[in-house]
Formats: sequence, C-alpha cells, structure tokens
Amino acid sequence: MPALSLHVNERPVSVEVEGRTLLVELLREKLGLTGTHVGCDTSQCGACVVLLDGRSVKSCTMLALEAAGARVTTIEGLALDGELHPMQEAFRQHHALQCGFCTPGMVLSAVDLLARSPDPSEAEVRHWLEGNFCRCTGYHNIVKAVLACAKARRG
Amino acid sequence: MRRREDRRFLTGRGRYTDDLRRPGELHAALVRSTLAHARIRALDVAAARAAPGVAAVFTGADLEAAGVGSLPCGWLVRSHDGTPMAEPPHLPLARERVRHVGDPVAVVIAETRAEARAAAAFVEADLEELPAVVSCRDAIRAGAPLVWDQIPGNTCYTWEIGDAAATEAAFARADHVVSLDLVNNRLIPNAIEPRAALGEYDPARDFYTLTTSSQNPHVIRLLMGNFVLHLPEHKLRVISPDVGGGFGSKIFHYAEEAIVTWAAGRLARPVRWTAERSESFVSDAHGRDHVTRAELALDRAGRFLGLRVRTVANLGAYLSTFSSSVPTYLYGTLLAGPYRTPAIHCQVRGVFTNTVPVDAYRGAGRPEAAYLLERLVDRAAGELGLDRVELRRQNLIPPDAFPYQTPVALEYDSGNYQATLDRALEAADWKGFEARRAESARRGRLRGIGISTYVEACGLAPSRLAGQLGARAGLYESALVRVHPTGSVTVLTGSHSHGQGHETTFAQIAAERLGIPLEQVEVVHGDTELVPFGMGTYGSRSLAVGGTALVKALDKVVAKGRRIAAHLLEASGADVEFEGGAFRVAGTDRKVTFPEVAFAAYVPHDYPLEELEPGLEESAFYDPANFTFPGGCHICELEIDPETGATRVLQVTAVDDVGTVINPLIVEGQIHGGLAQGIGQALLEGCAYDADGQLLTASYMSYTMPRASDLPFFQVGSCVTPCTHNPLGVKGVGEVGSIGVPPAVMGAVLDALAPLGVRDLDMPATPERVWRAIQAARDRN
Repeated sequence: MPALSLHVNERPVSVEVEGRTLLVELLREKLGLTGTHVGCDTSQCGACVVLLDGRSVKSCTMLALEAAGARVTTIEGLALDGELHPMQEAFRQHHALQCGFCTPGMVLSAVDLLARSPDPSEAEVRHWLEGNFCRCTGYHNIVKAVLACAKARRG
Repeated sequence: MRRREDRRFLTGRGRYTDDLRRPGELHAALVRSTLAHARIRALDVAAARAAPGVAAVFTGADLEAAGVGSLPCGWLVRSHDGTPMAEPPHLPLARERVRHVGDPVAVVIAETRAEARAAAAFVEADLEELPAVVSCRDAIRAGAPLVWDQIPGNTCYTWEIGDAAATEAAFARADHVVSLDLVNNRLIPNAIEPRAALGEYDPARDFYTLTTSSQNPHVIRLLMGNFVLHLPEHKLRVISPDVGGGFGSKIFHYAEEAIVTWAAGRLARPVRWTAERSESFVSDAHGRDHVTRAELALDRAGRFLGLRVRTVANLGAYLSTFSSSVPTYLYGTLLAGPYRTPAIHCQVRGVFTNTVPVDAYRGAGRPEAAYLLERLVDRAAGELGLDRVELRRQNLIPPDAFPYQTPVALEYDSGNYQATLDRALEAADWKGFEARRAESARRGRLRGIGISTYVEACGLAPSRLAGQLGARAGLYESALVRVHPTGSVTVLTGSHSHGQGHETTFAQIAAERLGIPLEQVEVVHGDTELVPFGMGTYGSRSLAVGGTALVKALDKVVAKGRRIAAHLLEASGADVEFEGGAFRVAGTDRKVTFPEVAFAAYVPHDYPLEELEPGLEESAFYDPANFTFPGGCHICELEIDPETGATRVLQVTAVDDVGTVINPLIVEGQIHGGLAQGIGQALLEGCAYDADGQLLTASYMSYTMPRASDLPFFQVGSCVTPCTHNPLGVKGVGEVGSIGVPPAVMGAVLDALAPLGVRDLDMPATPERVWRAIQAARDRN
C-alpha cells in the first residue's frame, strides 16, 4: 500500500492507505477524526469540507494520496487552546446550528470565504455556501453568523 | 440563552452513530432491488459469500428460518364501513416479491465497508419483472397492476371524517362552489445525516444493544423487540446518540435496525450499517404524495358553508410505522383550518404503489390540509371578485369563540387568528405591494404576493383518544428528575433532541423551577437503559408533552423538598414557601436552600424517616389532555422572470402563535427551518418516478435541496395565546413553517402569473413548470 505523509491539525501523519481511499475516509476511519461528516455521495452537500493548505475542499471528492505533503485542518483543529475560533463563536452566538451535522463543513467553508473575501455581502455569502446543505436552519442564522464574524474581524 | 450542546457540535465532537467504533465490528451492505416490481425467482449468494472479507450473507429465507417477524404498523385505520385496513407483511428482507426500487433482498456482512459493498455486487438476484404501478391516479384505475395480489384496487382503506349529509346540504344551497384538483407533491426528507445502525450482542449477559439514528429509541425497542426479533425488552437496549436531523424520517422502525441487531447476535460480533445517500433516497420513508379534489361551498357574501374533500394518498409499497395515520387522523381533522366552516366531509383512499413507503415528514398531514384550504380560498376570492385577505378575515374563527369545536373531531383550545393575520399584513407591508409590483414590472419581472392562514394540531397526543382512533401505542411522555446529594440535578427525558435544543431548554425549565443555576443541570436523553419509557420526538410534542412531564416531576421534587424543609425548619409544611431556590418559613427569614435540602435527603440524619423515605428523585409520565393548536399567518413575496420561469423569493413573513415561548432563539430557528422546507416543497423539491417505477430523483444531482442562495432572511413575528391545558402554555413550533408557507408561496406564484392568464399550477413551481405554464397561457390567448 502506498505511504502517505501530511499534516493534519498541525500534527505530522504518516500512514499507509489504499489508492482508492478518500481523504474523508482517511480522516474518519484511519485518524479517528469523526468531526468531518459524510452526507451524500455526489459531492453536493458539503458536510465533508475541510481546509487543505488553507482552502476549503470537499474531502469526499479527493483521494487521500492527493493530500500528500499538505496541511489539512479539520473542525477538530479549528479551536486554539480550547478557545473557539471566531467563526465557531459566531455560530454559537447566532444559533447557526441545530442538529450539528452540517456544521463542521459549514464553519470551515465560511472560514475560507472570509479568508478570501473579508467583507462579503449577504448575496456573496449565500452564493459561497451553495455547496453546503443545511436541512435544519434554513440558512438564516448561518448567514447572519458569517456576516457578524466578518464584521467583528474588521472592527 | 445560547445552546449548551453547541460546544460539541462546533468542535467536531458530536457522536453520531457512524462516528462510533467497536472492536471486531463488521460492516453490512444491503442488496436492493433495481426493479419496482418483480418476482424473486432465485437469489444466488454463493459468489458473494466467497468474496474477500465476507463473514456472512443473509437473505429473507435466513431471517424467516430464524423466526424474524414483520415490521409492524403502529396505527390501525378502519375504512368507513368498519373494515380494518389491509395490512400486508413488511419483511426486513423481501421474500418472493420485491415491491419497490430499493426493496432489500439480502445483506452482505464483511470486515470492511468497501468489502461489503464490493461483495454485494456479486449477489445475483434472478428477478422476473412485473408491471408496476406508481402514481395515486394509476393505483386506483380499473385493471391497474396490483402491488399486493390480495389487496383489490391497491386500496389499504377508504376512510372518512365529517358529516356527509350536512355537507351535501351545504353544497345544495350554496350560491357558489369552487372546485380544485390539487397535487401535494411527494418529498424526500433528506436529513443531512444518512441513517445508520449498529447492532451488538453480549453473550456474557445474553443482551443486545442497538445504536441507531432514531428520533424515538423506546419505540424502536418495543417494536423491534416485540414484533420483529422477539427479544424481551429487558434484554434489549436501544441508544439514539447524536442524530443529524430527522424531520420524521427517523421515527420509523426500519429493516436495517432489525437486520444489524439480529446479525450481531448470529455472528457474535458488532454489525454496523450506514446508508449511502443514494441508498437513503430509496429506503428512507418519503412524504406527502396526495391527489385531491377539493370543493368549497360559499354564499354570495363569501361565507364558507361547506367543504368537501376527496383524496387519494400514496402509501408506497408497504405500511411504514405511522403511515396509515398521516393522511387520515393528521389530515382530515385539520380541514376546518382557522375557519368557521360548519359542514365538512372528507374521504381518503390510501393506496399501495410500487414506490418507497410514505410516512410522516415535517408537518405530516397538516401541510396537505393547509395547502388545499388556502388554494381553495384564493380561488374562491378570484372567482367571486373578493379580496383574498378579507375573504379569509370574514371566515376566521373569532378570538372569543374558544374553546372551538370543529366539525372534524378536534376542539381548539385557544388562538387569535385575526391578530396573527393583522400582524403579518403589517410586517409584510401588504398595503404597499402594488407599488412594488409596478416597480418589478419596470424591470421586466412579474411580482406576486401570497398569503396563508393556518391552524395545525400537534403536541401528540391524548392516548385514549388516539387509541380510539386506532393508534396501537400511547402518546404520553416521561421525565425523571434525579437530584444528587450535593444539589445538582440530572434530568432524564423521553424526548430526544436532534436539533431542537432540549439540552438547553429542558435545563432552563429545571433550573428555573428549582431556582438553581443552569450549570447545575444535566439533560440526558436517547438511551432506553437510562430513561423511563417515552415516545420520542416528532409531531412537535417535546415541550408540550415532554416539557410538561418534566414540570410534573419537578413539582414532585419540590413537594418532597418542602416536607424535608419543614422538618429542618421545624415548621409545618403549609407554612413553607419555595422561591428563588430556597424553602422559607412564610413571613420569616428562616430558610434552607435547595442544595441543603438535597443533602439532607441523602444524608438523613436530621430527617423525618418515619414519614418520608430518603432520597430526592421523582418521575412523571404525562398524557396530554388534548392536542395543541398553533396557528398563524404566512406571507410570501416573490419575483418571476418570465423569460426563464425562475422565481426569486424576496420576502417571507411568518407570524405564528406557538403559545408561550421559552427560548426565542430556538423557536425562531425551528420556524426558519420549517419555512425553508416549505419553500423547498413549493418551488424546488419534487420526487419523480418514471412509469416503470424507477426513481428519477435519486441523488442530489436531481432532487433539488434548498440552498442558501435560494432563500432570503425570514421575517418572523409572534402572537401568544397560551395553550390552556399544559402548565407551560406551549403549543409546539417545529412544523409550523412547513405547514403554513407552501400555499403562501404558490399563492404568490399564481398572483404573479395571473396577468398572463395562468390560473393553476402544481408544486413544485420549478422554472420549467412556470415557463411552460406561461407558454401555454400565451398559446391560449
């Protein structure tokens, strides 16, 4: 089996994986990081989003081997020293989650948006999040949370 | 009040069923029919059994030989003539015939998920294709293929409610009759967490454990233990851990739950299964799917005289756990809506088809009722030249008419439909709409506004009444309040939380009633080993029924605390007051705190042991006196591009009366979620089958889920008329969004298209359908 080395949540990882192993399977099964979720099989729902070298990717649509040498951040790696990342805190303040299943992917996707576009409009946020399904919240509080986080970071 | 459960969800520490790992676990893959209707001539599992990593392959024959039973239906509905509904078997793995695409015929169990799925492809099912019947309309045609040979006309039941004679008379004397043929489109719930189940067997104790993504673990234990696997309940534990959304689809006892539990016993190793999304599409219960002719009789002034409804409801190929009740007792009983219609008669024919079973989905019967009522009222306004709002207003049940006995069994306890209507009109700036319509027209867009006034029934349910109507279960709820020696509290509730925030709201209730800090309360749910028997979460019942059970248990704790305090304070119980977390002798400043009383209960040295047992722990089971009746008004404003048929939702206003509001943030969140699903039904979502029973919308590529870019911010307001029959005054909120908004959206679409001559359109009003309707109207003119 091919060998794979990468960093996950700042920690070096060296494993053997099958060629067909998806990145999300590496994270969930091999590394026990079950915060990244699988919600569909056609790459639409976004529950599997992680950050790869700072950019959001759908980990269900990448082979683990494609992440060789990369720095992957999962939801477990977002909070620093027990303190919630501003996006996590914004989600909490604005009730931007209910069942929590879409939340890891949603948060990381939003983190990437603000990294690229620190002052997005409501329309921009909604367009960006088209690849993240939520069945619980109707997106109302999610969009509010992202806009609030953007504002807080600018102010 | 922010939610306490959020910490684990935000940091990736939720524990959903597929997150759990067990040593030695095996993975199950189901082999499912790719034909809608076929005879199973042979099932060859030899190649699958020999595949790498495979521990076992089981078929329906294996389950039958082992005595595994049929998945039960929990509600016996009788036809009008008293005949019990047709109740065909529902085997966990099909024998002899497959009856829908997705019907499972075998399970392959292997060391890894990949090996199980690979080996599943080696199972050879020799199927002799049979003609399939898919739609409600086709199911009742003469000569239609039969899903069940022994069930003529594919008819499960023909159920009625109301007064046929009075309704006939109303129609006979009516000045005007409005008639509509309506479809309530089939939906697929699509909670983002796919269903999952993990079965375990402990030979040391001869004990089974099922962990499952369920909304109601006790119900699963009862149904699976008693009817399917014949395991006594005390030898079976069912755990619903974190669950990623349910919306009804995770209420039912599914084949996979029984299969993994049984297989774990057979193989003496844990067996787990998680659905792939495409598998969810053909195995999760679907929702809605009604075809209806609805007629409203009015006098010339616009007063509603009578309502006549004929519905054919698609039940799918098998009876799912509550499927029989959804198009009957959760539908026909809501046909008064918020109106004073004096005579109502409804007939529902539940039919089998070669499709996935249909059961409760957010709203469960009430969206279907609200939709036909509001479409009829809009049509009546149009035909009579009356204002849509005023026609509703003049027929609304007035605020002083409560309790109001409807002609369809239910008695509403409280409501103020005029207030929610007025508040919604104001918030939506109904008056200013025509100016906005003109502005849209200048940009080449068709703007429309739609309104819906609704009542729904939830807070399920009074057990005795439900039993009379055919329910095979009770519908009470349980709560156990365990006070610890040092005064902190664990609340165990039969309600399950899969997004509703009970770990926060139930803790709020306990903390408030006991006068202790919120941090001193822990809420536990979802484990049959820990929690007294409860019926679980659906039908917007958690606060109304589960919350009331909690209040009753808390009251018992306080009552016992008062007796302990009286002893400690050397006062009579009648003189002891409880307030702000302390028991006080009335009129003095002598007191003992709640933690002091708790400690005394568990270290009973200074304690009335002759009269009172030590300890401080009380439970309650609460059976509600009635359903609860939220009501409200939803208004939708949207814009259509006539060139493409595309609709943009501009504003959604929802003013709902859900009774007392405990946590406004959570209540609004529930409304938002329901609105999104309701807009999804109206504009985006439609489950489509072809004539052979192949599911065309079998993935997110073709089933249109609402996305963030499809929806605006919602405008949510409230009116409160407390529920009169529970101590919290709450009515329930989880489903109101999906009940009230679809007709408001369709009303807006038709309002936008009316100038082009479009009079009718079924949900979902997709761009293609809107565009075609515009073309057809143009061709007509």
